Amino acid sequence: MPLYFYLGILFYTMENQELIPHLFRTEYQKIVSVLCSLFGIHHIEIAEDIVSDTFLTASETWAIKGTPENPTAWLYTVAKNKTKNYLKRNTVFETKIVSEIKHNTPLNNPEIDLDLSDQNIADSQLAMIFTVCNPCNSEEAQIALALNLLCGFGISEISDAFLSNKEVIYKRINRAKEKLKEENIKIQNPNQSEVKDRIQTVLKTIYLLYSEGYYSVSQNTTLRKDLCTEAMRLTYLLIQNENTNLPETNALMALMCFHSSRFDARTGDNGEIILYEDQDQSLWNQELIDRGTYFLSKSSTGNTLSKYHLEAGIAYWHTIKQDSPEKWTNILELYNNLIILEYSTIVALNRTYALAKVKGKEEAIREVEKLNLTDNHFYYSLLGNLYSGVDSAKALQYFETALSLAKTISDKNVISRNIELLQ
Amino acid sequence: MNEFLLIFRRDFITKETQPSPEELQQHFQQWQNWFGSLAAQDKLARPLQRWDGQGKLVNSKGVTDGPFVEIKESIGGLIIIKAKDYDEAAEIAQGCPVLHFGGNVEIRMAV
Repeated sequence: MPLYFYLGILFYTMENQELIPHLFRTEYQKIVSVLCSLFGIHHIEIAEDIVSDTFLTASETWAIKGTPENPTAWLYTVAKNKTKNYLKRNTVFETKIVSEIKHNTPLNNPEIDLDLSDQNIADSQLAMIFTVCNPCNSEEAQIALALNLLCGFGISEISDAFLSNKEVIYKRINRAKEKLKEENIKIQNPNQSEVKDRIQTVLKTIYLLYSEGYYSVSQNTTLRKDLCTEAMRLTYLLIQNENTNLPETNALMALMCFHSSRFDARTGDNGEIILYEDQDQSLWNQELIDRGTYFLSKSSTGNTLSKYHLEAGIAYWHTIKQDSPEKWTNILELYNNLIILEYSTIVALNRTYALAKVKGKEEAIREVEKLNLTDNHFYYSLLGNLYSGVDSAKALQYFETALSLAKTISDKNVISRNIELLQ
Repeated sequence: MNEFLLIFRRDFITKETQPSPEELQQHFQQWQNWFGSLAAQDKLARPLQRWDGQGKLVNSKGVTDGPFVEIKESIGGLIIIKAKDYDEAAEIAQGCPVLHFGGNVEIRMAV
């Protein structure tokens, strides 16, 4: 197991040390990105070891001498020194990496200096995002790798988020790194045409990372929120770079802001899901709604109408709780466009829900029946919903089928509540 | 599952039978809901494609700009859908909004 694995545990068990876990989360990935960009993909572990070692030195030194005035600057200085020392003493490095570094840095700079300026950190992080989100790895592996390398999450947190065991995650991350090495993926800032080719994969991975947090089955709310925040931070990094500040990037950001605005309202005290209709609107975060609106307006340039635009549009209308014909006509139109753009069962079902709001339950029932998604519990839940108030016996029958097909506890709870409401 | 070409035709020329702007607006929504419904059933075999309304006609005499007065019904659009057989394709086509304005749908199965 690598050093950072133990560090995660170490920091999170030290109650009096709030600062280091915080810095670990924010600074670890910055320094790793800069080092990886400098060393190249083949020496990713050396980069990780240097940064982990830096944090270990910090926790030892600060415990004895107290926290320095500027902890971040302290970490950067120590990381720089450790890098220099490493370069000096390690002959393997001399022969293997120096040629690569020479390739990446100007020749008139004989002394290798770790550039931890804001600009270089931002550039390196962007380069790392594009490296990590390389389609040579599966989406699942990309997300795990992103959490590890881009977000500074430890193995145990990642396995918590995926409800998987540490060994599996550890292997998944290592295989993903090996794959990047095999494919000889360069860590470099993408140019405009590379951005054009690759941005879809990058946005998709970031959105999956966000969804992992938002819809995760994990009961750890703090961790789930962290995942969402990290996905938003990565998107914001893309927005800050001219090449990647595209309409669809802003649309994705808007979408995540709108969703996040309901984060506190959608789970109860015991971690149970609170459905949209039952949410306490005063818990919605107006600041995030405003930011979402801002990014949505920034996204409406050019000719691109991505699925993120459509989903952000739908999420925007959901920030207005009051039902109105205008609201649901717009939502239906957006769902029509979304399902035409890309088929998915959940969008098909949501579209039909919107149709019920616009055209009434009877027309929607005819439409749902055509969908024929007979192995999907949401399908039966939707039918149950549509038959509620129309034919209670049928509604009950559908909810019961849904209940028998549902797998997670939170899904079962939602269905059971619907059944209670019927009786 | 087979693929079927659905060609929508209607009279775009005769003034008296043309829809009003309000009707057109509503008509547009009907199309959109119909496409949405097909997509929700995963029946679209290809992404939707918009086509220019005017077009050109080529014959041995040369090239003429559309719309073509000698052909009363011109193509409004076409889509390719997935369906089991002609019966299912015809059933789907019966929901097509072009029928509301006296248009028709020609169906061809891909072979």
